[in-house]
Amino acid sequence: MKIVAVTSCPTGIAHTYMAAEALEQAAKAAGHDIQVETQGAAGAEAIPAEAIAAADAVVFAADVEVRDRERFAGKPLVQTSVKRAINDAPGLIGEAEAAARSGVATPTADAAAPAGGAGPAPATKVDQQAHLGTRLRQWLMTGVSYMIPFVAAGGILIALAFLLGGPEVANKVNGGTFAGVEYPPVEDLSDLLVQAGYAGLMFKIGAVAFSMLVPILAGFIAYAMGDRPALVAGIVAGLLANEIGAGFLGGLAGGLLAGATVMAIKRIKVPRGVAGVMPVVVIPLVSTLVVGALMLVVIGQPIAALQSGLTDWLDGLSGSNAILLGIILGLMMAFDMGGPVNKVAYAFGIGALASGNLKVMAAVMAAGMTPPLGLALATVVRKNLFTKAERQAGEAAWLLGASFITEGAIPFAAGDPLRVIPSLMVGSALTGALVMGFGNTSRAPHGGIWVVGLIGKPVLYIIAILIGTVVTAASVVVLKSAGRGEVETETAATRAATATS
Amino acid sequence: MADLITPDLVDLELSATERGQATRSLAERLQAAGRVTDLEVFMADVRAREAQMPTGIEGGIGIPHCRSESVTEPTLAFGRSAQGIDWGAADGPAHLIFLIGAPAGGGAEHMTILASLARRLIHASFREALREAPNPEAVVTLVKKEVLGQ
Repeated sequence: MKIVAVTSCPTGIAHTYMAAEALEQAAKAAGHDIQVETQGAAGAEAIPAEAIAAADAVVFAADVEVRDRERFAGKPLVQTSVKRAINDAPGLIGEAEAAARSGVATPTADAAAPAGGAGPAPATKVDQQAHLGTRLRQWLMTGVSYMIPFVAAGGILIALAFLLGGPEVANKVNGGTFAGVEYPPVEDLSDLLVQAGYAGLMFKIGAVAFSMLVPILAGFIAYAMGDRPALVAGIVAGLLANEIGAGFLGGLAGGLLAGATVMAIKRIKVPRGVAGVMPVVVIPLVSTLVVGALMLVVIGQPIAALQSGLTDWLDGLSGSNAILLGIILGLMMAFDMGGPVNKVAYAFGIGALASGNLKVMAAVMAAGMTPPLGLALATVVRKNLFTKAERQAGEAAWLLGASFITEGAIPFAAGDPLRVIPSLMVGSALTGALVMGFGNTSRAPHGGIWVVGLIGKPVLYIIAILIGTVVTAASVVVLKSAGRGEVETETAATRAATATS
Repeated sequence: MADLITPDLVDLELSATERGQATRSLAERLQAAGRVTDLEVFMADVRAREAQMPTGIEGGIGIPHCRSESVTEPTLAFGRSAQGIDWGAADGPAHLIFLIGAPAGGGAEHMTILASLARRLIHASFREALREAPNPEAVVTLVKKEVLGQ
């Protein structure tokens, strides 16, 4: 078995090294490979990312915060005090074996000590502030790496359902009108198979996996920041972001808020007796209440107001310059990919479709297809600008983009919003303008390339999408190349975070 | 670099019965050798570390230590107590006391030597040899051999 460990104590001259030696001896005696990173005064030699990726279990024997612990995210973890490692290293190695076998992070009796007891050493704090930008990216990338499987599984199931059952399968499950036919929604899930068939079953499963996308993103951003006690506040913040329609940007904000809240609570010194229940009861309870209330009250209300304001504005624009409308709808579709702004644009397209204007729907759909397609293209032409996890997400993004599942772009946008979102908006705005200019029409509210039979002037439509895809990819490559330096650090963190996924 | 420990810094018959006293008597040896400039500053730094979490570990070992402005070079003082002194370990009092001082601004090469000392303390053979050491010179020779490989 391969083990990696970090030892760390307040002074960094004695216990850090004793614990390291004890762990090395015990691991050797048990026939395991071990690499120990001593975060002490003699300077820490970081364990190589490949060794972390190959490790079966991680041991933290630390009385102060482990530096850059994001590197180890997702590995079976045994966390304890530095003294425990000195006094009972063989027992600890045994726990690491158990953790590796069960494959889940196992808490130990001492797990509460670093959280509630000694705070981080002053030197570590300065370090944290100096690298806040890097740490922020590592937090986001941790969330993204856990989210990607949900995007892939959910998105591909939905796309396959479209392929096998026709795009109207969405309406067979959820109700509504598709190409002039009215479908009743499935009221009782036991009727799902009869009413919507196997394709409907796949669509429903995919949709449920998709609904977890924002909660998982928010939850694991918070987890990267504040460890296990922060997971609940992050996931609840993500679920509430779904409920208030805040989209992935709302979930991203909620996850960061949850992590920051937990980090703040951990700084409060509490009496020894209370310290034991802090990570299990007090921190989850308080942080979930605070973050949940903020999401509902502070974020929820303005989003509702924003959506009704945007809807009124779009209504006022209809009838004016069609190309301008195409640009605006394109910008909106790509801004938050399933979030509040995107929803307003999509609802505007559905509304136009219902009143007989088929052009707006065509623009909305095309502009929603280019973000995943453009990113998929970018991951192929400039592999080194993307993390391994992102390149994997890029493979699924082809299918998702082609199926008008704009959410396929979220993993990229959530990890690097300031560079990715503007690039997507440029490509989608161009696509929207082109479709409006070509005068394409769509009688289908969704389905992407699979409903090409319902599209007016299909060849020009595909050309518009291809141009938008290329422009999106080019913008992403240009903006990402400008911030090249930061991608390197993030790659190591993400490799560690996604090694198990 | 001077030696990590000299025979002057070894007390094989530590008379103190309490942590603070024992630390002070060893610290006075460091001061007499010119390795600690201000005894009170040094004592306060050791106490501060000890207050975070007692430094005693199982097997009868106490390791008071600090990084301090008052320390001139990486240094070790060793005391042996026949009756034992409570150092906060769960399994009983400490019989072998290692007082470790490091300069506050010490570079990595200074710290490496203390790191290898700390690593040796884990080994039962090293502890046993220290328990049996007949005189201070034997302790110094043992530390040199085990820690510095000389």
